[in-house]
Amino acid sequence: MAETSTSKPADNRVSPPSLLRRHGSQLGIIGVGIALWLSFVAAAPAVFTNGNIYLAFMQSTPQFGLIALALTFVVITGEIDLSFPSVMALGTAIFCLTVERVGVPVAMILGLLTGAVCGAINGLLVAKLNIPSLVITIGTWFLYRGLELVLMNGSGVPLTAQDYPGLHAVFREPLWGIPIQTLWMILACIGLWLLLNRTRFGAHVFLVGDNPTSARLMGINTVSVKMRAFMLVGVCSVFAGMMTSIYGYYFWPTMGDGFLLLTIAAVFLGGTSVFGGTGSVVGSFVAAFIIGAINAGIVSAGINAFYTQLAFGTVIVVSVVLQTIIDRRIRRQSITGR
Amino acid sequence: MAAAATAPAAASAADTPVIELRKVSKTFGEVRSLSNIDFAVRPGEIVGLLGDNGAGKSTLVKTVMGFHRPDPGGEIYFHGKQISDWSVARARNLGIETIYQERALCEKQPIWRNMFMGRELRNKWGLLDVHRMREECARLMKEHMGFTSAAVHPDNVVTTMSGGEKQGVAITRALYFDAQLVILDEPTVGLSLTETRKTLDFVSNIKKAGKSAIFIDHNIFHVYPVVDRLYVLDRGKVAGVYDKSQITMDDLIDRLYRVARSGSME
Ligand SMILES: Nc1ncnc2c1ncn2[C@@H]1O[C@H](COP(=O)(O)OP(=O)(O)OP(=O)(O)O)[C@@H](O)[C@H]1O
Ligand SMILES: [Mg+2]
Repeated sequence: MAETSTSKPADNRVSPPSLLRRHGSQLGIIGVGIALWLSFVAAAPAVFTNGNIYLAFMQSTPQFGLIALALTFVVITGEIDLSFPSVMALGTAIFCLTVERVGVPVAMILGLLTGAVCGAINGLLVAKLNIPSLVITIGTWFLYRGLELVLMNGSGVPLTAQDYPGLHAVFREPLWGIPIQTLWMILACIGLWLLLNRTRFGAHVFLVGDNPTSARLMGINTVSVKMRAFMLVGVCSVFAGMMTSIYGYYFWPTMGDGFLLLTIAAVFLGGTSVFGGTGSVVGSFVAAFIIGAINAGIVSAGINAFYTQLAFGTVIVVSVVLQTIIDRRIRRQSITGR
Repeated sequence: MAAAATAPAAASAADTPVIELRKVSKTFGEVRSLSNIDFAVRPGEIVGLLGDNGAGKSTLVKTVMGFHRPDPGGEIYFHGKQISDWSVARARNLGIETIYQERALCEKQPIWRNMFMGRELRNKWGLLDVHRMREECARLMKEHMGFTSAAVHPDNVVTTMSGGEKQGVAITRALYFDAQLVILDEPTVGLSLTETRKTLDFVSNIKKAGKSAIFIDHNIFHVYPVVDRLYVLDRGKVAGVYDKSQITMDDLIDRLYRVARSGSME
């Protein structure tokens, strides 16, 4: 390296892209999230400087944050999955329906398998038949929710600590004083970071989202990559669904309804590109907690709940717009294309 | 080899084509891009592929590569063995690499990801060896792409590179895997004189190393000197096959004009 720079002194392009350039969009967008959160601190300092709220949001954030981590994969492939709230409920319903006959571990596996199957169906329709995921997963959202409501006949199931001590130990009781939900999410974040950044599948997720034709020309099976990404969302959704139900001691057949916006906001705020090809699990992780803080804050500050929608609407719009601008900047293109 | 029980021994085994297409046609909806092609590349042979725009050259090599599946009836042989489930991944595993006309890059990704696209290096735990891919990429860029001066870091994204540099990535990528058959689809388009020279030398070196190549280029002055055999395609058909010894460059040029006008080489 040294010798090249002495032989060609005029050359300063040898340097790697700066940290700012490589992580610019993520840093910027997370900055915006923090700014938004600070404005909440300013608005309701009593609530936001109290430790309890953070304990509360460390329990509730992973309920959608876990899904956001997996959804990051699908978004990087250039697709979206809107059906996961229904998959959460359907997989948990399968658990509830089978648990008395087969026991907790098997019922859990059946639930997670349901998530995988739902994801595989989404992935197959999107990747094999080339249907826009935005459209088809609205369809499967209704399909899976409808199926679940029919199976449960619209009624819920209590999941008390007496009946399911094991599940409560695993999903609810704090460990070493830390909310166990957050520990699960950290574990998932490490696992999914490895999957995205240190396996062939992860490498292909980026390539397929960037340029599917190039990926195919170089021998990558784009259908299988997308299917696996959707299956990952399915499995993680059901996992989060179980965690959510145990947290509330009850499986509500409408579970997941409020999760869509939070989860998608976390992925985009975390710097994963709407255009596919770039994104980060760690970004989604951090963003999920920012969103969780805002969410918990609004609720416990007693601010009118209508403001939550306003806040997350703003987060999604602003982060996507900023992403686009920063992305173009990095590629040295002007917004207007000139 | 053992499976080809009836194949005569040693002497002709050297002549068994690396890859052979028989009666291959390819139709896209209404468009018939290839019709009834017989095509073979022998070991150690450089085959030139000539033909007008839209003649079907790229379609042919993408069929060789397993990207396009031939219409029913078409057959693909690899070292004399018929292959039914041909795919790009399979072709690459068997040692066929292609520099596609469209370059097949993922431009938002760093160079190292492009370099190892589809053939990522892994360590002993089966995880990606990102460190080694970066280093290998830096080495390749220095040794083969002449990037010592206008050095580009392996972590740079491809979008910001110049057209020729991007092409350099595609060419270097094909080099890396030490293929026994390299396909070059118009590799010199848009390259400077020196880069073109380097690319042509690269093709000659393939032959010296005893490997094979398919070389597509509209510039006959590039193709003729380096090839052993020439196929001329016209509207999806093989209009002529020549050993270089059978035909002079001038004669070839005459015939190419004739083909363009009348569809016949004679
Ligand atoms: N995927 C496809 N779908 C439909 N038609 C195609 C497809 N690929 C190629 N064709 C058609 O097949 C014909 C041959 O195309 P091909 O790219 O093989 O030509 P070529 O000989 O490589 O031309 P050029 O010298 O311009 O690169 C063209 O008429 C093209 O429109
Ligand atoms: Mg072509």
